[in-house]
Amino acid sequence: MSSVTTPPLSRRAGEGKGPAGSAPGGASPEEEAALQAAFDAAVAAEERIEPRDWMPDAYRATLVRQIAQHAHSEIIGMQPEANWITRAPSLRRKAILMAKVQDEAGHGLYLYGAAETLGTGREQLLDKLHAGRQKYSSIFNYPTLTWADVGAIGWLVDGAAITNQVPLCRCSYGPYARAMVRICKEESFHQRQGYELLLALSRGTEAQHAMAQDAVDRWWWPSLMMFGPPDEESAHSARSMEWKIKRHSNDELRQRFVDICVPQAEALGLTLPDPELRWNEQREHWDFGAIDWQEFRDVLAGNGPCNDQRLHRRRAAHEDGAWVREAAAAHAAKQAARRAAPHPAPPTAGTEPPTRPAEQSRQPHTPEHAPQPHPDEPAPQARADEPAQRGVEHSS
Amino acid sequence: MSADWPLWEVFVRSRRGLSHTHAGSLHAPDAQMALRNARDLFTRRSEGVSLWVVPSGEITASSPDEKDPFFAPAADKPYRHPTFYEVPEGVRNL
Amino acid sequence: MSATTPPATLAALPLGDDALILSHRLGEWAGHAPVLEEEVALANIALDLLGQARALYTELADVLGSEDEIAYLREERAFLNCQLVEQPNGDFAHTLVRQLFFSTYQQPLYAQLATSLPLAAKAVREVAYHRDHAEQWTLRLGDGTEESHARTQRSVDALWRYTGELFQPVEGLDVRWADLEEEWDAGIREVLGQAGLAVPDSPRHGAWSAGAGRQGVHTEPFGRMLAEMQHLHRSHPGATW
Repeated sequence: MSSVTTPPLSRRAGEGKGPAGSAPGGASPEEEAALQAAFDAAVAAEERIEPRDWMPDAYRATLVRQIAQHAHSEIIGMQPEANWITRAPSLRRKAILMAKVQDEAGHGLYLYGAAETLGTGREQLLDKLHAGRQKYSSIFNYPTLTWADVGAIGWLVDGAAITNQVPLCRCSYGPYARAMVRICKEESFHQRQGYELLLALSRGTEAQHAMAQDAVDRWWWPSLMMFGPPDEESAHSARSMEWKIKRHSNDELRQRFVDICVPQAEALGLTLPDPELRWNEQREHWDFGAIDWQEFRDVLAGNGPCNDQRLHRRRAAHEDGAWVREAAAAHAAKQAARRAAPHPAPPTAGTEPPTRPAEQSRQPHTPEHAPQPHPDEPAPQARADEPAQRGVEHSS
Repeated sequence: MSADWPLWEVFVRSRRGLSHTHAGSLHAPDAQMALRNARDLFTRRSEGVSLWVVPSGEITASSPDEKDPFFAPAADKPYRHPTFYEVPEGVRNL
Repeated sequence: MSATTPPATLAALPLGDDALILSHRLGEWAGHAPVLEEEVALANIALDLLGQARALYTELADVLGSEDEIAYLREERAFLNCQLVEQPNGDFAHTLVRQLFFSTYQQPLYAQLATSLPLAAKAVREVAYHRDHAEQWTLRLGDGTEESHARTQRSVDALWRYTGELFQPVEGLDVRWADLEEEWDAGIREVLGQAGLAVPDSPRHGAWSAGAGRQGVHTEPFGRMLAEMQHLHRSHPGATW
């Protein structure tokens, strides 16, 4: 935990220039208690906690862990679907799938960005993922064996993820909540394309229908496991709910998901592989069979069908790309040195390519200065992490 | 040579007439690449017409402790806000 | 070839094939890119190209059938893409040099076609961005480290022989091919020069008289690529997806 509570200097906007987010060094017990009380009151009042606010160490650590795991899930989650990009059976499907996998990379970026506001760099988090010290969603340790799996992932896995994520848009930590708003907005097409894909198969040839049913049979139970262990066994749930990082219990969300899926499966013309699935008049919910939690624990512990493969590929991409990242950093350093040198005209100074697209044109525009906070202006929203804007407009 | 690319804050003008708004952050080796990465990441659904990127380390932020005195003067001048004034029902365009 | 020739019915085919095949190759990067930001960038380019291919194929529907029939049911010899775009990705430098060579060709080509080919007018802006992306990276990789320089030079040298056929006239396209080649040459020399990379003095054509991609003659990796791309579609004849 110590590693996440000491933000590296200048890692983040303003970090290190003011009081650190966590308990300022040398705070007296009284001061600490007051900070804690203010934090509790803000959370209770549904206010958002922002990066430079004081927050309990454990809150910070919980967030870093959860956001990191979420980010890792997005980027590991690219693999099972990317597995089918080169084999997508129509150009329309190929475009959709590429856009979806791209979104997952984008969502990973938003989330790593949110984690960085807590003082933990992406590089650190990736190192932990690569070393197997931080987890990602277990669902991605299952293989995509047929094209229909792409549909099942969209419908069930993204469906479960959305059920989990929508409440996170109201999470008490501002940057995480904002990232989730963006992600949920973009993900709305992910679930739909999966459903539509399965519908086409279900209504297609016999072989296609069978392919769709087989995929649903394999993905249904792992999707239910995505909501995490039952409430009575969930290690972090109670405190996360108190902190309003989490809004609903695992079982509550799981039930909501089952209730949503049953009629959707019917409309698809596919069955869900659970003989115990039946409507409960009293509860007004669908009852469903027992989940194999032993499988869940096994996969989580590393014994899933694809754990090694996924992590290996992730590491390989990172290691194979090291020389590229180094090269770009080296070029940037050389350029900076050249600019600082008394004599300009270095080989690549002012690297202006001969042609440049119109929307990236860097014609000198009048620099636009954003309004400085002026005492006479109405107070802006609390924007401790959002600096006075000052910059040069870079586009048309 | 560290291969860690620095962090940049990205501001997007979603359409003409609006100011740039903080959209998030990303990593890039230099400003040119930061702009391009920002274009790819934050405007791939046509969310913007203009971008700013700023090295995160170059930003000076007010700390929460300073926030109150910093922004307090405005809070006691409610007459600066249009909602301070009562307007008879039915009066428009005011 | 003259200004009065309307875009012949099949003239769009080689352009569509170029776009589809390059898009497919870029799609192979998904999950492998050196940094997450590049995952997003490469996918953007791949999606642009796929969109171009689909628009071009749609123009051929009356003659060749649906976009999927065109993409999935032709044999290797019926594809008219240039050999450059089918070359395997290799490392990041190899992919980016391939991007540089192709986008430096595609942008002025589409600019010339903007008045005769509706798609070209729209796509030329996309392609300008692809070119910018490739140029930015070429400068960084050429100038960056010894390793990145060596890798990039190696890719320039290796892909050089696939650049000659780009300027072989395509029947029905109203293009000033000699101007195009001149423009390409100048653009490439400028970028390679800025990046500190040498312009190869090796030939830009293979010696085989059978021709190259525009004649449906391809390189060995292309067959395997197509097999992967077409397998599922062909396994379910007549199915809709």
